[in-house]
Amino acid sequence: MLAYITLLLACQLAGEVLVRLSGQPIPGPVVGMVLLFIGLVIRGRVPADLEKVAGSLLRYLSLLFVPAGVGVVVHLKRLSDSLLPIAGAITVGTLVTIAVTGLVMQRMNRKEGGQ
Amino acid sequence: MTPHLQELWIYLSTTPLLWLTLTMVVFQGAEALFRRSGGNPLCNPVLLSVVTLSALLLISGTEYKTYFSGAQFLQFLLGPATVALAVPLYRQFEVIRKSLTAIVVSLLVGSLTAIGSAVGIAKLLGADPSIVLSLAPKSVTSPIAMGISEQIGGIPSLTAVMVILTGITGAAFGSWVLDRVKVKDEMARGLAWGVAAHGIGTARAMHDSTVAGAFAGLAMGLNGLATAILLPALVGLMK
Repeated sequence: MLAYITLLLACQLAGEVLVRLSGQPIPGPVVGMVLLFIGLVIRGRVPADLEKVAGSLLRYLSLLFVPAGVGVVVHLKRLSDSLLPIAGAITVGTLVTIAVTGLVMQRMNRKEGGQ
Repeated sequence: MTPHLQELWIYLSTTPLLWLTLTMVVFQGAEALFRRSGGNPLCNPVLLSVVTLSALLLISGTEYKTYFSGAQFLQFLLGPATVALAVPLYRQFEVIRKSLTAIVVSLLVGSLTAIGSAVGIAKLLGADPSIVLSLAPKSVTSPIAMGISEQIGGIPSLTAVMVILTGITGAAFGSWVLDRVKVKDEMARGLAWGVAAHGIGTARAMHDSTVAGAFAGLAMGLNGLATAILLPALVGLMK
């Protein structure tokens, strides 16, 4: 288990280093994800312990967003001053994005499947 | 007795342990409530936790900085968790390869819709430029969104809050919207959740199926990448 926890951290670290060296505005953990993905493709399977480590981290993924969310207390005044535009952009914007993305993907996926 | 209690509070309120523990306790309570409510969107665990913990901070007069000194350990795990998304992604490797064009096109359309709708609606309703710029990367996972926000002249910590609110909205009402527009394909549902509502949407998609979860994870990562490249360029064009 420890080896795979270390592997996740090492991939992230490598990602951060690559991002800084390249000067690209890409986030380190995303590059780390790509690196691990490439590793898995080369290996050809997912080691059982890695599955366990990744599974337990991802099961509680939403918990990890709570600390940033509580940051709302710092911005209460700003939020209440611009309540309408913020609420509108977040609710309407997000729901429209979900609908559009889902529809485009479903339609294109059907077409590709039918070829 | 009272002086002792006060001393105890002074000790507890400055150690990272208290707020870290409280975050875990509140989240688990919120999850239990969410399950008991039969998955009611308004009982979304992240939403309930954020509201409860914020109320606790305001009532006890605790600064966010103090809270964060404990809670940061959870936030740190977002990095390794993002890397770990490679695992469900690899499981769907074959499916992804077959639908590559569909994924790339819907991802780009989704990414631009997310940015365009946020900026457009906020401007239309008269938001300040700093608010508009803080809202622009709202659909991207928080560590990435904060970086983008800083780069384009938004307020990173405000962006983090917008990101979480976006995730909660997507997780809570995404299923309703997708049913409404008759998107039944698991891949499409997952992709939509990941593009629009990043990690919180991904957690919600995993709740539906592993296929939806893997596509959400993929979409979240790729949308982070796409927005990190597209948004600074778009802002540059608008200036």
